[in-house]
Formats: sequence, structure tokens, C-alpha cells
Amino acid sequence: MSQQYVAAIDQGTTSSRCILFDHDGRIVSVDQREHRQIFPKPGWVEHDAEEIWANVEVVIRESLEKNDITPDQIAAVGITNQRETTLVWDRETGKPVHNAIVWQDTRTDGLARELGGEAGQDRFRDRCGLPLATYFSGPKLRWLLDNVDGLSERAERGEVLFGTMDTWIIWKLTGRHVTDVTNASRTMLMNLSTLQWDPEILDAMGIPAGILPEIRSSSEVYGEARGHLAGTPVASALGDQHAALFGQTCFDPGDVKGTYGTGTFLVMNTGTEPVTSENGLLTTLGYKLGDEPAVYALEGSIAVTGSLVQWLRDNLGLISTAPEIETLARTVEDNGGCYIVPAFSGLFAPHWRSDARGVMAGLTGYVNKGHIARAVLEATAWQTREVVDAMNADAPTEPTTLKVDGGMTADNLLMQILSDVLDTEVVRPMVAETTCLGAAYAAGLAVGYWPDVETLRVNWHKAAEWTPKMDSAVREREYHNWKKAVRRTLDWVEHEDGE
Amino acid sequence: MPGRIQSIERAAAILRILATGARGLSLAEISRSLELPKGTALGILRTLQHVGFVEQDPESGRYRLGGGMLSLGTRYLDGNELRTRALNWADSLASRSGESVRIGTLHKHQVLVVHHVFRPDASQQTLDVGALLPLHATAIGKVLMAFDPLAAPEEDPAAAEADGATFLTSFTRHTVTSPAALERQLDEVRDNGWAWEAEELVDGEVSIAAPIRDRRGTTVGAIGVRGAVERLREEGGKPDMEQVSYVRDAARAVSRDLGSTPY
Repeated sequence: MSQQYVAAIDQGTTSSRCILFDHDGRIVSVDQREHRQIFPKPGWVEHDAEEIWANVEVVIRESLEKNDITPDQIAAVGITNQRETTLVWDRETGKPVHNAIVWQDTRTDGLARELGGEAGQDRFRDRCGLPLATYFSGPKLRWLLDNVDGLSERAERGEVLFGTMDTWIIWKLTGRHVTDVTNASRTMLMNLSTLQWDPEILDAMGIPAGILPEIRSSSEVYGEARGHLAGTPVASALGDQHAALFGQTCFDPGDVKGTYGTGTFLVMNTGTEPVTSENGLLTTLGYKLGDEPAVYALEGSIAVTGSLVQWLRDNLGLISTAPEIETLARTVEDNGGCYIVPAFSGLFAPHWRSDARGVMAGLTGYVNKGHIARAVLEATAWQTREVVDAMNADAPTEPTTLKVDGGMTADNLLMQILSDVLDTEVVRPMVAETTCLGAAYAAGLAVGYWPDVETLRVNWHKAAEWTPKMDSAVREREYHNWKKAVRRTLDWVEHEDGE
Repeated sequence: MPGRIQSIERAAAILRILATGARGLSLAEISRSLELPKGTALGILRTLQHVGFVEQDPESGRYRLGGGMLSLGTRYLDGNELRTRALNWADSLASRSGESVRIGTLHKHQVLVVHHVFRPDASQQTLDVGALLPLHATAIGKVLMAFDPLAAPEEDPAAAEADGATFLTSFTRHTVTSPAALERQLDEVRDNGWAWEAEELVDGEVSIAAPIRDRRGTTVGAIGVRGAVERLREEGGKPDMEQVSYVRDAARAVSRDLGSTPY
């Protein structure tokens, strides 16, 4: 058998990568290229989709050549991608009509509010699981139709195609115009129950159905690749957070993964029925394997976690590198009564209070920089606790383990605090590249390279594990204090300025 | 036995008083406080200036400690930073070798475990980051002793012989307890560029390690695997050379990330 590897293409916000995995899920080869971030105006962020495609071609070629691997040794290729980033291109020439509008871009702020009308930001929430916000693709597409000369008419005539980055890459690789349920679930345009484009939302946003890709499962052969991977089945697509959930083998309802970077993304598998959140979480797709029922998920994001450590380094100068936070925090036994709530731009899930601003509470003459460092780490843990509590309130399940990945997992003290405040095991898997691994797994399953998800579970190995060591009375007292500190952030901004 | 060298003692005395003066000292102040002829003091100062240990303020003409002296003091690399930089390489070493991985740094007379990756199997394992291990009975410790002049094992006062010769603590019947035998092992480690030990700390276990170097070539730690003797030792009593190459690859990769350039 000559097909030894599965390729994963990770089209991310700052770079594109290609990683080749072997049958045991181990990394065999990696290549990566960064692309430009284009900032035409404050708050606007764009990517050049042609530059991204050129980079994808390079990383595919390099990852093969580095290890003398030929396309016939690749069983399948999977795609994972930055979510929500929106592109429209010409059906005939393949040329983008405009730069891609990136998920962080806030140009649709006014448009999103306008679309909400009297119903407000939850106008489409029961249908698509999402509030009207600048992140999601639907309003970005509407903006392009309104602002690119003649685009609205060309769209009506079916001369252009819309896609998120998965769709763009698959179209370039195979010529097919498809997306998967997880990426479609971030557009606001897909109905969560039918997993098809929702005619009412399309109508309300004025989007012609003819330009939308076909919605497929996350794991099936969409077509055969051309170019450097000629003949290889293109067999999976998953948005990055969904791919991480899959790569962490969170296959059972109640399984939660947390990706700890500058911000944190928590996603919980909720099984085969969508759960509407009463607690400010987003309802989204987990993944869908071929003809099997779709698996749904709840998502809660925390805006400021690793970036609070960077703030301590860059704005306060208390540490000179981010990892030193652990050294500093270990100079003391506890937080000394100090709590930091980093509501730098308001509080997100589960509070959703834009009038909140950050506080450092409980200061006394006793508090030193070690206590502050500890409070910074604890802030990440308590924010996680709030989201996990909201998840458990929406979809009650047996508490299991939290599977973590991302750069902050190098901080052992943080991982211990996380386990202490959640009162569950925290586990870091051996392959840190869970996003790419998830895409590779889904592609490998589609072509029979791996027979079933049970095989994937066997590949998953713990690199480290932390178990709770905190006394429950201490945990309750600390949570109580954290909540008090959170209350002190509220009502800080007294009027929404501007617009 | 060669005698002490007076000019080096004088140079050390000059460095010591420069370290105490906040705004630097003039030649007159230095020669007066050390009771040295001005010409002698100037010769020593110029030599120290030449090697970068002393600087002269161009305006006031006062002398102070130079950048070369300061960088001697910053050999310390934060263990948490080392773990962060080494995270992916340590994972990949565990995955290639099939064994548990540890990274250790020198802490007084012991090895401080700063990172630990579980062996990739389904067994129950406990994180031992923060644990202290003996230098002389672990591969990581042998690497540190071979390449870091400050790494010396703690001698066991209970094991001191009546004639005053000191011995190292014994953990198994294989532990090397004689300082002379240990020194011979360290010579070998310096020749090979890696270390191993078989059942010196725990019966039935072997460890293999290689040095992690920073951009100045200083050994700041060591990375290694530990596992069952059946898996890591070959028939002939030698370590499994494939495992040795995995360990050395990982050590080189981490060193490269710390800015070390291989020759």
C-alpha cells in the first residue's frame, strides 16, 4: 500500500500551512507561509485571496518535496480554515471581485444593526444560532453586494460565486463549489435544523441563492485535486475551532475542548440535536461525517486571556517574556486577595455587557507583583469556569475532562489553576496541532484510511494531565470573590458614544 | 603546584570595587583604595577593557563594569520559558521514541525537572514537573555536569569513608558512587555529546539525554527520554542508537530555537 499519509491544509488568519500526518496521527512534514494583512481603514481587515491561494500551492509543494513524498502517497487532503472570512469571485475567470473581508473586520457594524431592525440582534438566532454581529459572513456578503460596482446585478445573473476560505480552496483544488456544515453555520445564512440555506434569512439580507455553494458534510470526497496533489481526493472541510474539537477527539456529548491563545475558544459537543443557549453561548455545528447525523456544539469565546499576559508584559513591564508570568506567580502562594477582570472591551459570554470595563479589585498594601501575576492567570481560569458553567446549564451533562491546546498550555501553573477552579481533569494531548489533525482525521475517515472514530481515539495520547487539588471551600470562596469583582466592572461606560 | 598569580588577584580586586561604585571610579580612586601604583592599575584596567569586562566613560574618564561582565551574570534561563520554547519538540520526541520525555535544568546540586511529557500509551502517569533528581544518577544530570562547570553533585556525608574520601549517594547497586569513576564517565559524555545511564536511579529503567544550548553555546539544560531497560538497551549492553538519535535531534531543535548555531 503506497498511500501512507494524509495532508491537511490550514488556511489561517495570518498564514497558510500544510501538514502531512502518518497513520498514527504523527506529524511527518510541515510547511507554512504568511500572507499580508491589509488594513484599508481603521477597523477594516482584508486578505488577498489570490495571494492566499498562491501560498497554499507553495506549502503543498514544499511539504511534499521536503520529505520526497509524491502525491500518490497521499490518501486524502483535508481543509481547515479561518472562519467567516468572506470572498466573492467571478465564476468564469476565477478572479476575486474584491479582497476577502476578514472575520475581525468591523465595517458591518451599522449594517448588522440595521438588519436587526426592531427585533434586534437576535432576529435570526432561532434559525441560525447566531446573533447579528460583525464577525459573521452574511452581512459581509451584503456589504460587498452593496459596495462593489455592479456586483448586485452580476450576482442576480449568477455570474459570481460566494465562499468562505474552505470553499475558495476547494474550488481552486477541484473546481467544485461546495462548503461544509461547520463553515456554513458561521455565515448566519444556514438553517440549523435543515442544514440548508434558509430562504427567509436570504430574503431578509437580500442574498441571491444562486451564488451560494452547495452545503455538504464535513467528511466526504468533494472532488479530486489538480496541481501538486493531482488525483488526491479532497475529502474534508472544517472551520478551525470545529477541526480542533474533532482533532481533540471530542466525539461524545459533554466533551469540551479549549484553545488557549491571545483569546480562548471553548467548544462543547452537545450531540445530534441543536441546543439553544439561554446563557449567551453560540449554537453551532460540531461536525458531520458523511451521511451520519450532524453533531452540534455550543461555543463560548473569551476575548482576553493570553493578551492579558501580554498586557502585563508590554503595558506594565512586570515581566519581560510571557512565560515568566509563571515564574512570577510562583513567588507567592495565592492571589493575596487581588482579582483582575480583563473586561477591556466589555464582557463577552456569558455576560454580554458592553458597558463593562476592566478592574483590579481587592488591593491592599500587602499585594505585590507576584499576587498580580497570579490574579492574571486566575482570570483566564475563572472566565473559563463561567463559560463552562453556562454550557452545563444549557446542555446538562456529566462533567468530564477539559481537553486543552494552544500556546498558553505551556504554562503548568495556569493548567493546575484551571483544573482547580473547574474541579475537573485538564488534559493536554501530545500533538499540539489539533486543528490540522482534525481536518486530516475527517479526510482520512472519508476515504477509509482510518476505519472509524474509535481508531482515532486510540491515536490520541495525553502529553500531560492536571487534577484538581483545591479544597472545595476555597474554590467556592474564590468563585464568590471573582463574581464580586465581575460586578464591579459593570456600568462603567455610561453612554455608548458615537453613531 | 603552581603559585597564585598576583595580577589576576589584582584584576579581581578591581572588578570587585567597580561592582560597588554606582557612578564609576577614577583611576586615582582605584589605585588609592587598592594601594596600587597608578601605572599597574592602568595596565590592568586597559587589559580588562580590551576583553570587555570594563568600560571607560568617554566624558568623565571614570571606569565601570563592561557589558561582557554583565552577560556573564545572565546565563540563567527561566525554566518556564525553556518549557514554552521546547513544547513542540518535546512532544515530537515523546511521539517518535514512544517514551516519556523530561527537560531538566541545574538547581543547586540537583536536576530540576522543568518539563515532562507522558509516555504515549494508555497508562496512568503523574506530572513530575518541579521534582528534583540527583545529578550523578540521571542522564540529564550527567549532561549538565559534563557541560556546565557549575554542576557538581552533592556528596553524601553519611557515605564518607574514614580516610576522608567522599562518595556519592547510591540509589541502586548500579549507581556510580566514586567521584573518579564519575569523572571518567563525564569525559565520555563530553566526547559523545550525549549521556545515558542504565538502572543507576531506578532498577529496570534507562535514561538518555543530550544538551540544550543557548545562543552563546552555554548549556542551559538537557532533554532526554526515560523508559524500560528492555526497550532502551540493546543486547550488547549499549543504548539503542535510534533512540539516542531521536534525543539528539530534539536537543538540537530546541537549541536552534534558542538561537544556538551548530558548527
